[in-house]
Amino acid sequence: MKKLMMATAATALLAGAASAEDIKLGVIMGFTGPIESLTPAMAAGSEYAMKEVSDSGKLLGGATVSSVRGDSTCIDAAAASAAAERLITSEGVKGIVGADCSGVTGAILANVAVPNGMVMISPSATSPALSAAEDNGMFFRTSPSDARQGQVLADVLMEQGFKSAAITYTNNDYGKGLADSIASAYAAAGGEVTATFAHEDGKADYSAEVASLASAGGDILIVAGYVDQGGPGVIRAALDTGAFDTFALPDGMIGGALEEAFGDEIEGSIGTVPGSESANTTMIVEAISSETVDASGPYIGESYDAAALIMLAMQAAGSSNPGDYAGKIMDVANAPGEKINTGELAKGLEILAAGGEIDYVGATAVELIGGGEAAGGYREIVIKGGKITTAKYR
Amino acid sequence: MIDFLNGLVALSNFVLIPAIAYGSQLALGALGVTLIYGILRFSNFAHGDTMAFGAMVTVLVTWWLQGMGVSLGPLPTALLALPVAIVATMALVLFTDRMVYKFYREQKAKPVILVIVSMGVMFIMNGLVRFIIGVNDQRFSDGERFIVSVREFKQMTGLREGLAIKTTQGITVIVAVVCVALLFWFLNRTRTGKSMRAYSDNEDLALLSGINPERVVMYTWMIVAALATIAGTLYGLDKSFKPFVYFMLLLPIFASAIVGGLGNPLGAIAGGYIIAFSEVTITYAWKKVLKYWLPESLEPDSLVQLLSTDYKFAVSFVILIVVLLFKPTGIFKGKSV
Repeated sequence: MKKLMMATAATALLAGAASAEDIKLGVIMGFTGPIESLTPAMAAGSEYAMKEVSDSGKLLGGATVSSVRGDSTCIDAAAASAAAERLITSEGVKGIVGADCSGVTGAILANVAVPNGMVMISPSATSPALSAAEDNGMFFRTSPSDARQGQVLADVLMEQGFKSAAITYTNNDYGKGLADSIASAYAAAGGEVTATFAHEDGKADYSAEVASLASAGGDILIVAGYVDQGGPGVIRAALDTGAFDTFALPDGMIGGALEEAFGDEIEGSIGTVPGSESANTTMIVEAISSETVDASGPYIGESYDAAALIMLAMQAAGSSNPGDYAGKIMDVANAPGEKINTGELAKGLEILAAGGEIDYVGATAVELIGGGEAAGGYREIVIKGGKITTAKYR
Repeated sequence: MIDFLNGLVALSNFVLIPAIAYGSQLALGALGVTLIYGILRFSNFAHGDTMAFGAMVTVLVTWWLQGMGVSLGPLPTALLALPVAIVATMALVLFTDRMVYKFYREQKAKPVILVIVSMGVMFIMNGLVRFIIGVNDQRFSDGERFIVSVREFKQMTGLREGLAIKTTQGITVIVAVVCVALLFWFLNRTRTGKSMRAYSDNEDLALLSGINPERVVMYTWMIVAALATIAGTLYGLDKSFKPFVYFMLLLPIFASAIVGGLGNPLGAIAGGYIIAFSEVTITYAWKKVLKYWLPESLEPDSLVQLLSTDYKFAVSFVILIVVLLFKPTGIFKGKSV
């Protein structure tokens, strides 16, 4: 027993000594659960940034960066907090890319990240409630708050001539927050919200929910749900009963699974996904696309940017200690400084090492505002010929 | 007049047709529960997961058939796979009976002990199904999706409201009617069926008149396995196959069996439809239908929804409690619980 403890202590020491060379970053996403088809590509996106930095050999005098994945499950706050706890205490990560869903992100932030003084950059938690979360300046997100998405979706609906709409949302922080922001923005723009109902994920049958929504009526059904969970079930029931044939789909509903399930049955449906014209995700998408990773979903660029921001901030602070580099994240993300695009991380690291300033643009034209969240460009999409196509950028 | 028809069509589309299909699925499930209660004298909590197991085998065989390029044209291939699944489920429940229930039967264990035993069986079957096919949604329906689709109906009649009848809903009702007819014929006309009823009415008297109890038990399990597999498959076809859902179905199924009168097959069928119609009508928002039916001055502003759809299962619970409080033998005079 004594020997074992000595050995453990020795390894721990060795690991401690090696960490100057090898920086671990946590990637906490829902690899199982309601958005499991989206997360492999998101994680691959952030790991691609880590690989780019490691290969350059310019971070903190040649440090390499490796990722440690943790499963947030997207919905189970206890499981997500345990995963984060493990990454911080036993894996010794220096920063966390994640989590993905708003509910678990809030839980990890309050239970694990803030008490441990850990930096978290979420690529996809969009709940407006997180803007006001107590974070000690440790929490950032490369995606905009849903308060903004609600506004954009309402604008799209009014422009397309949908004057009344029914809303159904997945019954959690993300769904509720988004539905509220859509409803208030839509009403302010002159639209009529006929009904707002929650739907529970994981049911076999949504005909009762859809029957109520149909009774309320409306030109279009807004489905603020998840593409791997109840969302498609609601759409399927609405199509089958002829209750609605066009749908408005926020970010969680946009993914390859949607095209696969419905094709041209939902022709003319509209949606919004974070993204901007100046965004450059093509390179990342090409790099990570493979048979095992489906890179048609959202938030891949945001994930890349989240990891990139952490590493650039480390370089700016000259330290991989979360407490030291947290304050630098806003500096590297925003002007002034040299603009750094996707694939130019090495250049950014060089400038920072020489004491210069950078304005990280990255894959999604990152611009952090307020308490450290993206200002938010959106891509308006429309289902045309059974495919998700881009109508324009907002 | 047109308004009345429009209202009627909307009502059929959103209430009547879904409730009839759901009621048929519940009735088939409740029949299985009631048979076990009547003949083997305990509440079988493993019934929901027996349904899941049967449906799972159907799904697997359907995939295999689809892989071989076999199809039934407009009908779902699952119907071809059904007999195989029934045999597999029979094998499973007979094995369970031999390994578990037989022991307690020989001990003449009290029904309440058998109930707890069946819960143990439930968890094992639950795990077995998840272990084999996983916890996720599985799609296995194919063939023509609709008998009447909304668009066709609107073109045909020129009404504002549409009506859809899914193929699976049609099949559900037809199969349920056939199953019930066969079951009643079997129980009332055949020698084995009569001995099963005799055993159910008075065990000792049946034994004295030379009925072999093990045979009765075996036939009961085989019939229950067939009913469970059919109910599970129909539910999976109509909605979607997900193991956890069958566990949730246990509540409305038991409610159906108890409302109708435990141990009474006729009661199980009536109970199934009562529960289905209450669940659907109480959680339906009546605004659309009432707008057509009421004069303009009385048109409702609100949705006229008694309970939010989240409380669907609460409806079965309330009915269950009310029946147990005021009429414990159920509507059709079954045995009291």
